[in-house]
Amino acid sequence: MKRHLISAADLTREDALLVLDTAEELEKVAGRSIKKLPTLRGRTVVNLFFEDSTRTRISFEAAAKRLSADVINFSAKGSSVSKGESLKDTALTLEAMGADGVVVRHGASGAPHRLAGWVQGSVVNAGDGTHEHPTQALLDAFTMRKRLGDLEGRRVTIVGDVLHSRVARSNVLLLGTLGADVTVVAPPTLLPVAINTWPCQVSYDLDAVLPKSDVIMMLRVQQERMNAAYFPTVREYSRRYGLDGERMAALPEHAIVMHPGPMNRGVEIAAEVADSVRSTIVEQVANGVSARMAVLYLLLGGSEPAIGTEVTE
Amino acid sequence: MVNAASRPDEPAAARVADGDPRPKAVLEGPDIRRALTRIAHEILERTKGGHDVLLLGIQTRGVTLAERLAGLLGDVEGRPVPWGSLDVTMYRDDLRMRPARALGRTEVPQDGVDDRVVVLVDDVLFSGRTVRAALDALNDLGRPRAVQLAVLVDRGHRQLPIRADYVGKNLPTSMRETVRVLLGENDGRDAVLLGPAGGDR
Repeated sequence: MKRHLISAADLTREDALLVLDTAEELEKVAGRSIKKLPTLRGRTVVNLFFEDSTRTRISFEAAAKRLSADVINFSAKGSSVSKGESLKDTALTLEAMGADGVVVRHGASGAPHRLAGWVQGSVVNAGDGTHEHPTQALLDAFTMRKRLGDLEGRRVTIVGDVLHSRVARSNVLLLGTLGADVTVVAPPTLLPVAINTWPCQVSYDLDAVLPKSDVIMMLRVQQERMNAAYFPTVREYSRRYGLDGERMAALPEHAIVMHPGPMNRGVEIAAEVADSVRSTIVEQVANGVSARMAVLYLLLGGSEPAIGTEVTE
Repeated sequence: MVNAASRPDEPAAARVADGDPRPKAVLEGPDIRRALTRIAHEILERTKGGHDVLLLGIQTRGVTLAERLAGLLGDVEGRPVPWGSLDVTMYRDDLRMRPARALGRTEVPQDGVDDRVVVLVDDVLFSGRTVRAALDALNDLGRPRAVQLAVLVDRGHRQLPIRADYVGKNLPTSMRETVRVLLGENDGRDAVLLGPAGGDR
């Protein structure tokens, strides 16, 4: 039985807690002089990146290497993909190399799901189009739990370009599973049509939600995915939906500020907020390695995966 | 297997006749206490006062035993003896034979293991594979001056060249039998149960 991590919804509450608990243990490896475990010796993990990425690719690579897996990095640029090779042919090539795990990022929503039907190994979605990015949601939940404790009943506000954000969708789904109260805040033009089917509340007024938030997660305005005018000017967006020092002061004392990166400083988040003690942005990157180690261990470490879902072609 | 922990009120007289399929208690609470006290004294003797000793219990019952031993050593020497826990899951050689398991806690005192005499503590010594995994795990944590092994029960059938330095009880068993250690902190009562095949040891 092959199981994959394609969507945050693939994780039951038990699965999600298992990943978070495992990540908590694996985090200690980062503090040792020998930052390595022999667990995935002899297993091969392929990082298949059709879209640009810095932190996610490096994070997955570090995670796999700390577990002693062999890592093959593949980016579309400079590969046969630029000669017109299809996703399926690329997948079959990787298959022939004997990949036990395939970490895939693709510009098309649903690509990892298709891939899961073609390869023998477990597929981990590292971001597909505007669909999902489950390991980001896991590392965010891990960061929240470390700062605030149990997530049950915690109020999480996700602000910004929800329409183009795979991070938002995965976070809403996972946080729902973990029992948090999620509110998304965005201009109506940057909310998906089906937002009413998401397990969260919707608001258009950031200032009203701020004092009732334990966590505020700012999303990047994804200019590269915007093929229309979603708001009049960047300045107006920033004034209404950006997090500046004044707005941060309206948050409760214990609240934390998160951002999945990369940031547009001065657009959705002011530099003084990004660099404040409440910001967990750098922590999130470090936690990303632990969370991804946990996912890789639970998917590839045993005789069969302990988390995730099956995919039938 | 029939788990005696589910009926903790049963008196010591629950020892049952041979041939009975139920597990029988080969050690009871007082026997375990005496065995641990003896091990504590042996550790002090062998390490000449136990100055650099660090007890590391192997998850899960080894940790309980390490804590108890640390208490006993502390009582005798009049100073606290450091102890911690070691989870060897990631170092096991049978990882690929079962689905990935949840990890236990590894907690090593602040000073680390470098230049200490580390005494690994486990409940049952059987094939020796857990101890091998523990030695590998320890290797990644630092470089102890020496490593010793204390177990409550040695049941034989080693598959690796490993032996214990301190043994609570040597218990000759057949491969088909199961040995299960129950400890008050984990199971509600202290006992070592020897039973027919079917258990997890």
